[in-house]
Amino acid sequence: MSTREEIAGGLAEILEEVAGVNPDDVAEEKSFTDDLDVDSLSMVEVVVAAEEKFGVKIPDDEVPNLKTVGDAVSYIVKSQA
Amino acid sequence: MSVEVVVTGLGATTPLGGDVASTWDAMLAGKSGVSPLTQDWAAQLTVRIAAQLAVEPSTVIDRIQARRLDRSEMTAIVAAREAWADAGSPEVDKLRLAVSVGTGIGGAQTLLNQDDILEASGPRKVSPHTVPMLMPNGPAAWVGLELGAQAGVHCVASACATGAEAIAHALDLIRLGRADVVVAGGTEAVIHPLPIAGFAAMRAMSIRNDDPERASRPWDKGRDGFVLGEGAGVIVLERADHARARGARIYARLAGAGLTSDGYDIVQPHPEGDGAVRAIDFALRDAGIAKSDVVHVNAHATSTPVGDLAEIKALHRALGDHPLLTSTKSMTGHLLGAAGAVESIATILAIYHGIVPPTINLDEPDDELDLEVVTHKARHLDIPAALNNSFGFGGHNAALVFARA
Repeated sequence: MSTREEIAGGLAEILEEVAGVNPDDVAEEKSFTDDLDVDSLSMVEVVVAAEEKFGVKIPDDEVPNLKTVGDAVSYIVKSQA
Repeated sequence: MSVEVVVTGLGATTPLGGDVASTWDAMLAGKSGVSPLTQDWAAQLTVRIAAQLAVEPSTVIDRIQARRLDRSEMTAIVAAREAWADAGSPEVDKLRLAVSVGTGIGGAQTLLNQDDILEASGPRKVSPHTVPMLMPNGPAAWVGLELGAQAGVHCVASACATGAEAIAHALDLIRLGRADVVVAGGTEAVIHPLPIAGFAAMRAMSIRNDDPERASRPWDKGRDGFVLGEGAGVIVLERADHARARGARIYARLAGAGLTSDGYDIVQPHPEGDGAVRAIDFALRDAGIAKSDVVHVNAHATSTPVGDLAEIKALHRALGDHPLLTSTKSMTGHLLGAAGAVESIATILAIYHGIVPPTINLDEPDDELDLEVVTHKARHLDIPAALNNSFGFGGHNAALVFARA
């Protein structure tokens, strides 16, 4: 189990590695596409890396619902519970 | 009246240097770009030498962009950026700007590396960037994206004739009025155990592992095959009136091109060089240039026992006995799909500067070599026009005639 803060921090690391996003820009209210410029192919990489990092499964049909960093954090928290 | 097409920009990344200037200086100095393969995977191979890039392209391309690029796409982008800057980064109508950048093999490293991931970790771990990285039109497409080209992005594939054929295609695009400016060339980056094992299985490669810098030795009695190289060459071709209107520096004219096929064998050149003769004849007629004006040839000459001599026969038949030859592959190794483009740059600069780079390692000429070759040291020469030959597996023959502007 990780805290929301830890998960957001982990996502920031992945976003920096995969898409060059500045970790300081990552916050729960930020949209992956509109605020962080993560395109659809990079989003696939983020999802696969997040699954590995947090030991969860994020099905493909769930990905469109993960619009913000907070959405992803909530989904990972729920999956880890 | 045929449309005049000129060269206004040059770009390259090769085993001799990360740009045109360093590559050209190394050529004039007669340096070899061939070195031992020290990677772990090389130990098991019969061929353990190659002409590897002098400058790692991933060190000059943004890290995040590089994650999405096959090595052959990175080299194409590096060369295209240089060529475009060299042309003065002109403000051109993007609707009249096209790209013609080919590759002989394409994103083989991506294909093979992702297959390793598939085997080891399963399909979900395969990168979503795999397909645009391995598709052979990827380098052309990325160059087109960099420049915003919208008059068409084209990928010619004719093995080792690719770079030259891509330039010939660019000439057609301008002559047919489909574009005013075309960024054209070739790229290749397949220094990986599988392609090397494949070429080695054909007995096409030099196994002079203990003496890498002397392994590529076109026309020499001791030649035993080509040395695989990697890199890219890109040139900016432009309708002459377009170039002159913007005050561009003009290196040379691309006066004509000839493309033929042997119809003979999938890998062996025609023993008398018939297809090559026809390609050269066609290029000369296309250019409207007399064979006596073609005083220099940057030959295909890859350092294979059969191919080097077939080309000599073809040159005799097509041009006579006067041209002064060189094979810059003696220094760069064989860049496959990039060879014709990098060698076009060497041909263009030979005309522009009036100097022919040497063929190194030609210590003991083959008895059947009866044309003059510039050996060991560069030689000054006044060059009204020059020929660049490229031939590829599949029986492709490409001849380009460049002339002083």
